[in-house]
Amino acid sequence: MKFIDEYRDREGAEKCARAIARITTRPWTIMEVCGGQTHAIVKFGIDELLPKEITLVHGPGCPVCVTPLELIDKAIEIASQPGVIFCSFGDMLRVPGSKRDLLAVKSTGGDVRMVYSPLDAVKIAAENPSRQVVFFAVGFETTAPANAMAVYQARQKGIKNFSILVSHVLVPPAIEAVLSSPHNRVQGFLAAGHVCAIMGYTEYYPIAKKYHVPIVVTGFEPIDILRGVYACIQQCEQGRAEVENAYARAVQREGNEPAQKMIREVFRIIPRKWRGIGEIPQSGFGLSEAYEEFDAEKRFGVAGYTAEESSECISGLILQGVKKPGDCTAFGKKCTPEHPLGATMVSNEGACAAYYRYRR
Amino acid sequence: MCLAIPGKILTIDGTDPIERLARVSFGGIVKDVNLAYTPEATVGNYVIVHVGFALNTVDEAEAERVFDYLRQMDELGELQIESSPTPSP
Ligand code: SF4
Repeated sequence: MKFIDEYRDREGAEKCARAIARITTRPWTIMEVCGGQTHAIVKFGIDELLPKEITLVHGPGCPVCVTPLELIDKAIEIASQPGVIFCSFGDMLRVPGSKRDLLAVKSTGGDVRMVYSPLDAVKIAAENPSRQVVFFAVGFETTAPANAMAVYQARQKGIKNFSILVSHVLVPPAIEAVLSSPHNRVQGFLAAGHVCAIMGYTEYYPIAKKYHVPIVVTGFEPIDILRGVYACIQQCEQGRAEVENAYARAVQREGNEPAQKMIREVFRIIPRKWRGIGEIPQSGFGLSEAYEEFDAEKRFGVAGYTAEESSECISGLILQGVKKPGDCTAFGKKCTPEHPLGATMVSNEGACAAYYRYRR
Repeated sequence: MCLAIPGKILTIDGTDPIERLARVSFGGIVKDVNLAYTPEATVGNYVIVHVGFALNTVDEAEAERVFDYLRQMDELGELQIESSPTPSP
């Protein structure tokens, strides 16, 4: 496939890795922020191609993994109500809440549906005017334009039985949270390419400067990732801390303006709690006042939940790059993709799931 | 969920800017994709698609430049090897 195969060429990847080895003189720890990149790195064995001085740690960029437990419980509560059609991307269905998951709701008669796009949920709402249709709007900046459009179209078309349960998080505040942690060991970042396709990368300039870290906008294919690592190591070795775009075929400096406009129309920036990390100020989207009527939490009165995490799961530390999946005593034993204890084992993009699948 | 891959636009339907819909082929698998955020996209373009929306059109010239960069990295390496001094005994 065009724009895929040439970026997965083994020989090209090995050449890149050799070029990286040539410029590396000291140990460096680099974090890839996006779960899609984590998956690709482990799947293609990119970390194993790199010189041993370079450690890749896996960041908090898996939306499924960082959605707080109480929000999963709220989803389950809403999905269990009679008359509700609860729509979600597939990977959210198996994330364990405090007692059960959305699939369990489905198997006990709940109408839980997997959709490919949030617009599918709007369509279901239009076709079922007597039912309440709720979409579980999780994601980073990449998914926000789609979720914003669903709400916008629902309003335009007068679809009143549609609402969304929002769990939207933002990358730059998460990077800052990692960098300002006393445990931080990350010296360079691969920024998530498709988040930047939407938002551009000017937001990263002040972060690179304040914390003196290189931030390299990086794609998802093996060669893209290696290209990003090369640029990042080059900066580290030269003592530079700049924002660089290594994914120019998909990302422009200012990002996608029509998409940003739609995000601003429907959402506003609010504090959000991240699973395993805690609350980060100004780190997510919630519905703006003008669109509050589409807020499922308000419509179903499920605000104010709290829930306790499994004490064994160290996914919070993994998401901050402090630990790796192998450091968890439950990994592969009590915790497997069939019986996950934490969200990083559920999602395809979670570090624990990727290690379980490709590295045992 | 966030892994967006490029597909080729086969046809485009509709004129309403927020509902412009394309048929997009991902190596033979065809899906409907909303083009609201890529008003510039035309038939034959490659777009990066995420949850039913095109995030951006792929810049083909920039796509080529990655490989120029790789070649440079490679040549630089050869240069370094040639010019590196013979270690003294
Ligand atoms: S292996 Fe399971 S329990 Fe351990 S950190 Fe990963 S998700 Fe949590």
